[in-house]
Amino acid sequence: MKRGPLDYGRSPWLIAFAIVTFIMLYAPIAQLIVFSFNDSKRNVVWRGFTLKYYQKAWNDVSLVEAFVNSITIAVMCTIVATIIGTAVALWLWRFRFPGKTAVEGFMALPIVIPEICMGVAMLVFFSRMGRWIGSFESGPIYWWSELFSIWPLNLGAITAAHIAFSFPFVAVVVRSRLAGFNRELEEASRDLGASEWQTFVNVILPYMKPGIIAGALLSFTLSLDDFVITFFSAGPETNTFPVKVYSLVRRGVSPDINAASTALIVITVVATILAMKLQTPEKQG
Amino acid sequence: MENWKDNRLVFWVTALPGVFWLFVFFLVPLTLIWLMSFGEKTSILDIEITGTLANYARTFQAVYLKIIWKSLWISVLATAVCLAIAYPVAFGICFSPKRWRPLLLLLVILPFWINLLIRTYALIAVFRTRGTLNFTLEWLWNLAFLDKLIGPFQPLELLYNNGAVIVGLVYVFMPFMVLPLYATIERLDRSYLEASLDLGASQWRTFFSVTVPLTMPGIVSGIILVFIPMLGMFLVPDLLGGTNAIMIGNVITDQFKAANDWPFGAALSFLLMYITFAALAVRAFVDARSKGRVGV
Amino acid sequence: MSDPIVSIKGITKRFPGVIAVDDVNVDIKENEFFALLGPSGCGKTTLLRIIAGFETPTEGAILIDGEDMSVTPPNRRPVNMVFQSYAVFPHMTVSDNVAYGLKVVGTPAAEIGPRVKEALEMVQLDHLGERKPDQLSGGQRQRVALARALVKQPKVLLLDEPLSALDAKLRESMQLELARLQQTIGITFIIVTHDQDEALSMADRIAVMDKGAITQIATPEVLYEQPNSRFVADFIGKVNLFDGTVTGAQGKAVKVDVAGLGSLAIPHDSEASGKVSLAVRPEKIKLSKTKPKAGLIATSGKIADWAYYGNTSHMYIETPDDLRIAVNIQNESRDTVDHVDIGDTVWLSWRPEDTLLLAE
Repeated sequence: MKRGPLDYGRSPWLIAFAIVTFIMLYAPIAQLIVFSFNDSKRNVVWRGFTLKYYQKAWNDVSLVEAFVNSITIAVMCTIVATIIGTAVALWLWRFRFPGKTAVEGFMALPIVIPEICMGVAMLVFFSRMGRWIGSFESGPIYWWSELFSIWPLNLGAITAAHIAFSFPFVAVVVRSRLAGFNRELEEASRDLGASEWQTFVNVILPYMKPGIIAGALLSFTLSLDDFVITFFSAGPETNTFPVKVYSLVRRGVSPDINAASTALIVITVVATILAMKLQTPEKQG
Repeated sequence: MENWKDNRLVFWVTALPGVFWLFVFFLVPLTLIWLMSFGEKTSILDIEITGTLANYARTFQAVYLKIIWKSLWISVLATAVCLAIAYPVAFGICFSPKRWRPLLLLLVILPFWINLLIRTYALIAVFRTRGTLNFTLEWLWNLAFLDKLIGPFQPLELLYNNGAVIVGLVYVFMPFMVLPLYATIERLDRSYLEASLDLGASQWRTFFSVTVPLTMPGIVSGIILVFIPMLGMFLVPDLLGGTNAIMIGNVITDQFKAANDWPFGAALSFLLMYITFAALAVRAFVDARSKGRVGV
Repeated sequence: MSDPIVSIKGITKRFPGVIAVDDVNVDIKENEFFALLGPSGCGKTTLLRIIAGFETPTEGAILIDGEDMSVTPPNRRPVNMVFQSYAVFPHMTVSDNVAYGLKVVGTPAAEIGPRVKEALEMVQLDHLGERKPDQLSGGQRQRVALARALVKQPKVLLLDEPLSALDAKLRESMQLELARLQQTIGITFIIVTHDQDEALSMADRIAVMDKGAITQIATPEVLYEQPNSRFVADFIGKVNLFDGTVTGAQGKAVKVDVAGLGSLAIPHDSEASGKVSLAVRPEKIKLSKTKPKAGLIATSGKIADWAYYGNTSHMYIETPDDLRIAVNIQNESRDTVDHVDIGDTVWLSWRPEDTLLLAE
């Protein structure tokens, strides 16, 4: 079939360009995954399949601990960020109030400012907090600080920082879902005798659900992936997976980093694909 | 939309958690370093806010100006390369068969979800002296019998220079550029292109006179979306750049992690913030103008 | 006459900078099919939403079946609404949609099933109960919205532009069906529409609204044949309007001078003076090749435009005095249109009693 004037999708140049781009995008990652199974320490030549680097990574106590920390932070962050983000989305979707534009801009700030600025801000904030709390020798604040040295609460600072940068993303996702909501559905529910709470539970919440799940998965991957903010807000005694990998990478390439990275890639890719699936818009009546 | 006074309970219940969190864990920390950028160190641990501008003045010292300048041109160049690659890719996806589009889009976005650190690390494995690229080149070299003619293959030093940083930035941020471009090209009414072709313009003329101007908001969003994080990037130059490829992000990190000069680090990070705000203002301006013109 | 089922007393609704509804007083009778008709932005939807409880009036009171409902929230009012977008819940099946209004008020489960079934039978959807809304056509979704509202057995059913999203053919059959439904179940319907055909064909009484106020409340016949203002005459159907000046009285008629038509004697019940408008409907005007007999209002002119609609033809005649008069003729025989052509000079005539005198 002959190409029409607007059939750019069938232009051989464009297709070739896109294919090359995709290859360049995926080749390094593919190589990383493949070599995590390669039975050779340094060489880039395939020497046979092995799982020994996974075993090695698994037996590295500090690596596993960092991994568990990362997952724990991500789970805690997801729960809180999803609740806060959903509330914010509802708030901005539902109400008009003076200064709303300013609030919207303010809520978008954590998304747009360079990560490093937020990172150093967190570093300063938590060190100040630490010094202030450290000045108490007894009393409620002292007891609280003791409580926060127990796992997983000792990850509280990192988690709080993660929540701060990920809940605005949740709010954006949920709000864009809500933007498609037909407000007559809400009115219909009220008209049929439902109270405001019944309407929220039976009509609005089911509608928001895909957005909430997508937002939750988004905040999960954001938290799991974050290096910069964690790097700055983590104390010397807590390690997360990206921070640990960073210290390893600085020492050079090794297959057990590949193995650990592959595990993290699998987790994030699965979460992302799930999120994308749930975000596909559905028809509404 | 409801007036907030009509339902104060719901208003405050939905508003407070987010406002509180952002205030305590974002605004207060930022204010803290903003204040600190006007401060002076009085001892190893103590910093006094004196209202001095010395920290900002220091950023204008030749050594730092050079780094800022380098960060700027590296980011500009990397952004330009991103745009040059992302536009055709986004364009191709938009004009691909409808049922392929979600998959292609997913393929573009997926790397962006993979940890930045891991992706940078993957690049090291490709570019290092004994990495895949050099290995492949050596194989080609030997295949062409050049080793017999000229001598053994000398591995190229591909890492630890400005070029590696630019390649790394492009690799890491390219997917980010595709998204806003895709969104605007997708919304572009095909009949504008048909009208231009119908009126006698060539394909290239149509592209530069119709497609590009009409997708300008997406181009601007994309540029800002990748330029700001590039400028503040610390990981990529740290891992791929050598000692000579330092960017602002590395200087800031040094001030906080090694040099222990927090006021200066704070001033540098707020310099980044000011640049960010300027970029956002540019985008707001472009958005407002294009809204007025195209009437979208 | 029984007490009104809905009593709208001095309702005013101000939005910042606009008066959406301006001191409206209407009594709507039991079992009445009542239409609120007006151009978009006239405040008819706001008035309906005030009755439903989605807007609070700035002033005035709403009485439903004698009870003041002004501060009652929508979920406690004995009225139900069919929304413009139908607002059928997309995540529930048809049956669940219809059952929703019963469930939320705690109706016993044993009662819900039969009532849902009955309501779905009423709108002929009993075979589609398990479908999801996205598997239904627009007309079917509209029926679900109807069933969902009617199953609540409201005292008044409110319909907000219920037919506007349907295509022309479907709209006509839904008009008939709504009228039939209203007669069988015998509850009050209040419909908001901007479509005069819809209002004329379905409603018992129509309130015409303009700029937030009601201009006329009347039966369809009265509204069409005796509009009380230029606005109503112009809004309902097509009309030719002539500016004139009252020069005196002549028995039961009023003498009016109209430029281009001369001095006319128009039958009129009440006093009139000064500047007035004369209105005549295009289908009341006769077309002839020869001068009509005396006693009719007549003028001649050239056919300027012509639109052929199959059963009728709409023509515009321009007179030497620059009047442009619309005339509708029935294409009574297959060759009606062969006798005249654009540019032909023809005579127009109509009876003085078909002319309506409207005060400015």
